[in-house]
Amino acid sequence: MTSMEKTKRDYSLVGESTKRAIETGLASAEWYHTEVPRKVMKELMQRSDGPAIRDTIVWAGVQIVSAAGAIYFWGTWWCVPFFLVYGVFYASASDSRWHECGHGTAFRTRWMNDVVYQIASFQLMRNPVAWRWSHARHHTDTIIVGRDAEIAVMRPPDLLKAALAFTGLLDFRYSLPALFRQALVGLNAEEKSYVPEMEHHKAVVAARWHVAIYAATVALAIALGSWLPLMLIGLPRLYGTWHMVLTGLLQHIGLADNVTDHRLNTRTVYMNPVSRFIYWNMNYHVEHHMFPMVPYHALPRLHELIKHDLPEANPSMWHAYREVWPVLLKQLKYEDFYLKRDLPPTAKPYRDEFHNMTVPSAAE
Amino acid sequence: MAEWIEACGADDVDEEDVIRFDHGGRTFAIYRSPDDEYFATDGLCTHEKVHLADGLVMDDVIECPKHNGRFNYKTGAAKGAPVCVNLQTYPVKVEAGKVFIQLG
Repeated sequence: MTSMEKTKRDYSLVGESTKRAIETGLASAEWYHTEVPRKVMKELMQRSDGPAIRDTIVWAGVQIVSAAGAIYFWGTWWCVPFFLVYGVFYASASDSRWHECGHGTAFRTRWMNDVVYQIASFQLMRNPVAWRWSHARHHTDTIIVGRDAEIAVMRPPDLLKAALAFTGLLDFRYSLPALFRQALVGLNAEEKSYVPEMEHHKAVVAARWHVAIYAATVALAIALGSWLPLMLIGLPRLYGTWHMVLTGLLQHIGLADNVTDHRLNTRTVYMNPVSRFIYWNMNYHVEHHMFPMVPYHALPRLHELIKHDLPEANPSMWHAYREVWPVLLKQLKYEDFYLKRDLPPTAKPYRDEFHNMTVPSAAE
Repeated sequence: MAEWIEACGADDVDEEDVIRFDHGGRTFAIYRSPDDEYFATDGLCTHEKVHLADGLVMDDVIECPKHNGRFNYKTGAAKGAPVCVNLQTYPVKVEAGKVFIQLG
């Protein structure tokens, strides 16, 4: 809690930080959990198909109707609002579907999770095999530098990159070439660090399918002499990503790293009902990380049950971004700086000594 | 030499549920299926060493609480990513309201 020396973080998954995380026990560590009686947790974990079927019908229905509107009005300005809606449901809502179905918690029926997972992975330009494993690692080693493959904003923060993320440009530039590389060459060293060898071939096959569909879409666009096919498949990843970034960035940004308590490195934010539908309640993110088995539709109940032990949730996205902005600015100079959030008096305290933090005191 | 070890009372495990049992420096999971049969496996997930007793039992599947890795607890078979390695299972018997597992 004292040093103001600059620490240089190495975010490689096969570098010095990785070695240090393993040596110090930060990797695959035991994490803090709020105590919840077994019977209550069992009830919260119960799966059902109903809510996800209903939401998937809405998700798919909105995409079909908005795509139909965009096609009908193609060539006029009237297609723009249809594309705006289509893009968000294609490229932002699919992220939470990918996420929940990847966990296998959205539906009770396994194949339903798998089908939606595959569709959402395609829409997001994510290799369904490699990303399943990277997300498992994210849950094992949440924001552990050198281990977590899904740290959205590294330190010191690259604010330009974070801003560009809203346009989808950077993700697109990374995701599409990654799929081509996986299809043609295979997984790289970092991917191999979290995807077991027996799954490598599956990842390559999945990438080839994705690439084949994109190639077919490009061929169709050329044949028709129109951008329309690409506006419906592929390019929504650019113009519809903003909501995923708006909500997803808040999950961990500005909070502690290298700790083993999700209350310290993860944020719960109250959001409006539309964003919560698109985000499938992942705004209850501390709760999700503590108990990843609880389906999205039970997270509000879980939140009510354990909020006495969590930092107070941000009342809105606006509030959360206002809170984190000065922290990011300070991190430009001192990357060890982070936002340490107060716990209510009813909560079990943070185990600072256990987290072995050597970082300066934090913002309000 | 294999021996039968008393693990718990039969009523200690709810139907379609699991409890943890530690013995001899090892940890096990004792299951009661929806049709009232008992089973036992190693207690830790083969993926990341998480206690399966905190997971969810659905029909003949135990799902790991951390990464949702799924095993058939009757056979120990891993049912797909992120678990690739099967669970060790153990013979179980119920006598006089007690659950015994055979270790050897």
